[in-house]
Amino acid sequence: MAERSFAREVEHLRLGDGELFKGEAILAITKGLLQAGVSYVGGYQGSPISHLMDVLSDAQEILGELGVNFQSSANEATAAAMLSASVMYPLRGAVAWKSTVGTNVASDALANLASGGVTGGALVIIGEDYGEGSSIMQERTHAFAMKSQMWLLDPRPDHALIVDMIEKGFELSEASNTPVMLEVRVRTCHMHGSFVAKDNVRPAFTLDDAKNAPRRDLGRIVLPPAAYEHEQEKILKRMPAAIDFIKAHQLNEWFGPAEGKIGIVLQGGMYNNVIRALQFLGLSDAYGNTQVSLYVMNVTYPVIDSEMEDFARGKEAILMVEEGQPEYLEQALNTVLRRSGLAARIYGKDVLPMGGDYSVQALLDGFETFFEQADPRALGNRPPRPDARPVLALPIVEKLKSVVPARPPGLCTGCPERPIFAAMKLVHQDLGEHHVSADIGCHLFSILPPFNLGNTTMGFGLGGASASAFSKSGGKRSIAVMGDGGFWHNGLTSGIGNAVYNKHDGVFLIIDNFYSSATGGQDILSSRAFNKTRKTGNPIEKAVRGVGATWVREVDHTYDVGRMKRVLTEALTTTDEGPKIIIASSECMLNKQRRVRPLEAKAVKDGKRVIKQRFGVDEDVCTGDHACIRLSGCPSLSVKQLDDPLRDDPVAAIDNSCVGCGNCGEVSEAAVLCPSFYRADIISNPSWWDRMKSKSALAFIGFLQHRRERRRTFLEAA
Amino acid sequence: MRNETVNLRIDAAGEATERPISIAIVAMGGQGGGVLTGWIVKLAEDAGWVAQSTSVPGVAQRTGATIYYVEMMPAQGDRVPILAQMPTPGDVDIVLASEFIEAGRSILRGIVTPERTLLIASSHRSLTIAEKSAPGEGIADSGAVAEAVGVAAQDSIIFDMNVLATANGSAISSAMFGALAASGRLPFPLAAYHAVITADGKGVAASIKTFDAAYQRALNGGEQLAPPEAASAAAFPERSRPSSPHAEALLMRLEAELAPAVVPMARAGLAKVVDFQDLRYGAEYLTLLDEIHCLDRYLGGSEHGMLLSIEAAKYLANAMAYDDVVRVADLKTRASRHRRVEREIGLRSGQIFATTEYMHPRMEEIVGLLPARLGLWLRSRAGFYAWLDRRISKGRRVRTYSPGWFLMLYLVAGLRRIRRASLRHREEVAHRADWLALATRLAHGNYALGVEVIRCQRLIKGYSDTHARGQSKFAKVTDEIQRIAARADAADWARRLRETAIREEDGGDLDGLIRTIRAFA
Repeated sequence: MAERSFAREVEHLRLGDGELFKGEAILAITKGLLQAGVSYVGGYQGSPISHLMDVLSDAQEILGELGVNFQSSANEATAAAMLSASVMYPLRGAVAWKSTVGTNVASDALANLASGGVTGGALVIIGEDYGEGSSIMQERTHAFAMKSQMWLLDPRPDHALIVDMIEKGFELSEASNTPVMLEVRVRTCHMHGSFVAKDNVRPAFTLDDAKNAPRRDLGRIVLPPAAYEHEQEKILKRMPAAIDFIKAHQLNEWFGPAEGKIGIVLQGGMYNNVIRALQFLGLSDAYGNTQVSLYVMNVTYPVIDSEMEDFARGKEAILMVEEGQPEYLEQALNTVLRRSGLAARIYGKDVLPMGGDYSVQALLDGFETFFEQADPRALGNRPPRPDARPVLALPIVEKLKSVVPARPPGLCTGCPERPIFAAMKLVHQDLGEHHVSADIGCHLFSILPPFNLGNTTMGFGLGGASASAFSKSGGKRSIAVMGDGGFWHNGLTSGIGNAVYNKHDGVFLIIDNFYSSATGGQDILSSRAFNKTRKTGNPIEKAVRGVGATWVREVDHTYDVGRMKRVLTEALTTTDEGPKIIIASSECMLNKQRRVRPLEAKAVKDGKRVIKQRFGVDEDVCTGDHACIRLSGCPSLSVKQLDDPLRDDPVAAIDNSCVGCGNCGEVSEAAVLCPSFYRADIISNPSWWDRMKSKSALAFIGFLQHRRERRRTFLEAA
Repeated sequence: MRNETVNLRIDAAGEATERPISIAIVAMGGQGGGVLTGWIVKLAEDAGWVAQSTSVPGVAQRTGATIYYVEMMPAQGDRVPILAQMPTPGDVDIVLASEFIEAGRSILRGIVTPERTLLIASSHRSLTIAEKSAPGEGIADSGAVAEAVGVAAQDSIIFDMNVLATANGSAISSAMFGALAASGRLPFPLAAYHAVITADGKGVAASIKTFDAAYQRALNGGEQLAPPEAASAAAFPERSRPSSPHAEALLMRLEAELAPAVVPMARAGLAKVVDFQDLRYGAEYLTLLDEIHCLDRYLGGSEHGMLLSIEAAKYLANAMAYDDVVRVADLKTRASRHRRVEREIGLRSGQIFATTEYMHPRMEEIVGLLPARLGLWLRSRAGFYAWLDRRISKGRRVRTYSPGWFLMLYLVAGLRRIRRASLRHREEVAHRADWLALATRLAHGNYALGVEVIRCQRLIKGYSDTHARGQSKFAKVTDEIQRIAARADAADWARRLRETAIREEDGGDLDGLIRTIRAFA
């Protein structure tokens, strides 16, 4: 069960000829795949690709009708290897992932695929997670395209064009026997827009046709001497074929006047912001009627030399707009023009930033410098450009810088991982700090306040592997953290298997929250939920024992901080040899609430007896030390100022978003903090027995309270 | 370059002035910013406009700060506008901020500018982890944001949309949508907004209710931009009839003995200690306070606004009403507490509730309750003491409102009668005496320093470990203060020492500061 239901979006996939699709680009891409007659789709979830995966897994019915095989791949390498179905057979296949991280994982399979080449169209949807809001290292997928010689499409952020590029991408792939990458940036994936749909296409040649009539060709296998021939093929056959196709179908676009002394070359993805920047300079209108000639590279690899020459001919200066570094395209442009002896001066990273988002602001600044130097007259009477600098310079705003605190992401309310790290922090208080190698996933938030746990992170599922160097016993043990997502992605072998085989002495903490939560709560092998199209319910414990782990402890209720603490302490102190593996399991609260809330609401409505728990703080018992918050950071646990002149510090307070996970109480108990937390069990539709019990108890209690109140002397009314 | 610009063609390209309306929504992950974005887009599309939205959820989807961006333009036949994918500083028409500090952040991003930006923001605060986890007071000053809004925004609609939304049973997005409608910045009729919400189909009734409430609220001009609840401004409780003539007498004594400036704090203090123990304890409080008050007068405290007495009135009360098991049991068993919990959990009719307390009593607490002699004897028997501690010290879930547990708590609370004889009380009295003695001694030479020493009591609070840590900090700080007492800037150092000590769990380096001070000396 994914974080949200895509029932509505799935209906978009049924749209037929001439109907208008409205929605996110990533969903438009999904629809585009079906329109292009794809036979199989695979991939691995992760922003900005998750929605593609989620929609398809909710769309099994439609996929069934079209005979499309959709898989949630074990990892990106699996997905890339899946494309081998298109090597021998005229099958169109597509896979998708977050890049560059996913491409890193996939590159072995991709390199093999690109070497042997393909018969059917093979398309890789690349969610380029670069710039603001990115959750990964800042790199370009471009390099992978060049090194393995896969064509790289970077279409203008326009639904219609992107969808068309999917179809063209498959054709290009087939025309040049080369796998093709379609790169879409985060903002484009989440961009709302529209396009006119076409009917979905059922592939003529099916997967069964392939299976029932297998074909083989030694020449497609990456072994000498074929491997050498592949390289020659790439140079002599596939590249020229691709260039012909790209030119013939005009995949790259020209805008603005044909002549003129300057021009701008840009990646397709940059188009919208480039137009806006030009508009601010008075050089374009809102509809993209520009006074500067533009060469828009919807295909950024291969570079079409002849097109670049045509564009540069007669121009004095050309600006290359290329996001990210190094500046591959600018270098290519230089080579092309020098070879052809064209004189145009080339501007690029010298006036534009080398790294980071090419925001309208960044482009605007770069363009101004470019025009100043290359063609100042073009700027005409310079309409006033938007400028926030005067405001930001105001003293009052300057002062604000020191006031506004950072708001880093954190674990959700009631997250089952919170108590695990609270326990780890407490263990550190007893046994001293340990080296913690973190992993990718929600649990990586442990590196941020309030926990500040975690020394390194080396990539998805590699938390265990990145503790390898610390395998020898003696001295403190290392703690390696891994999520269930990372565990099944590769951690079972790269982390646990490796640790068992090399007799690693350290602690391996596997956090099992029943889903691939950080990417949107998709099911995985060890998910508990029944899934009619997948086999779930395969315990991690069996897997680790299967690869030879012997010291394995399971904590099936992570909120039991005391137990969590004891198990961690045992793992760090036991004399047993080999890896100490702890599997801490509790359901992701975000998904649990989505699952349970409606059921509870219905039960209450139907008059059934329902107990709901939530926590509170006795403000007059709380001393405002906030130690509890330093061991929690739960969004629902905050502080509030009391109207008491005798109190200096705000006291802890819990708001209505509390889901009663129990962490607060457990922590204050385990850390011996203070008795100010209470848990309230609220019973809806209580049974007569409940009512009777509580009534008689309250009567007795009321009597005692009354007795004491009578004797109490007070100065101010309570 | 410039001189070239003199005789230039000045025709702008097409209708360069024709710009889309740009809207930025700054929110926290999981706050429904996406929903609001979707609504705004639909609003425009329903009116036949072209609208584009983008976002970068990324990891921020988990409670971090994030931003959504919408651009919209009337469609010109088949001419499709090219819309930007991110806000440009100085070019945003409307900014919707779902939280007040996020509004501040949007100003720092440069997307709120006096030439064009309407800022619609909720004045409520959702505290960041840094603000919450700071030991003591760490909440950012909303006033600074309010000021900045004044100079950065062309226009603003600000009120607590969170409270309004909760009150009307919906999410803050509905309230913000209502404020947007009321602003009239978008050329769409009210009905169009309603239509969008209705079409959504989820929780429509509540959303519409919230929307309309926010719409009205915004029309009535939102809220005046005063810094929301300044932290220090704590109101003194209204004076009400004391419960007995003896209490009345105490109050009269208080007012007779103390300077008017000291009275309000002293009243609050007196009320606290009497509530903690009894009237006799209150008299004790007044006697101690009066000694300091006399000294204050003698030292010409009136020039200092009787600061020494006022601070003493505050911290003496806190010192006398120390946190012990008896007090906790007392507070947890009061009728007023039962009512407060009912309120806090929003108990509806037909529901019943019970509470569980998470307690972890240790031998320290038990010994503290015992008569001083017995307590000391037990402590001297290390082995036996440890043996007992192993039996006692464990987490206990106390079902407050089950007869058995309640009776137990009730009896513990009843121990207040023998509290004065307890070991804990004796230790607290000793501590109190040393502290006041030190303060008065130093005040003679340096009034400000005396005040600072009084304030050091703030370091001692909490239970068990927290309390122990507090005591050691207090000792460290006061020792150092005595070492530097002679220096002219002693008071200033004393303040720094205390504030550093408070922040210790959170990066404050007390020992470091002490080393620095000694290096100076």
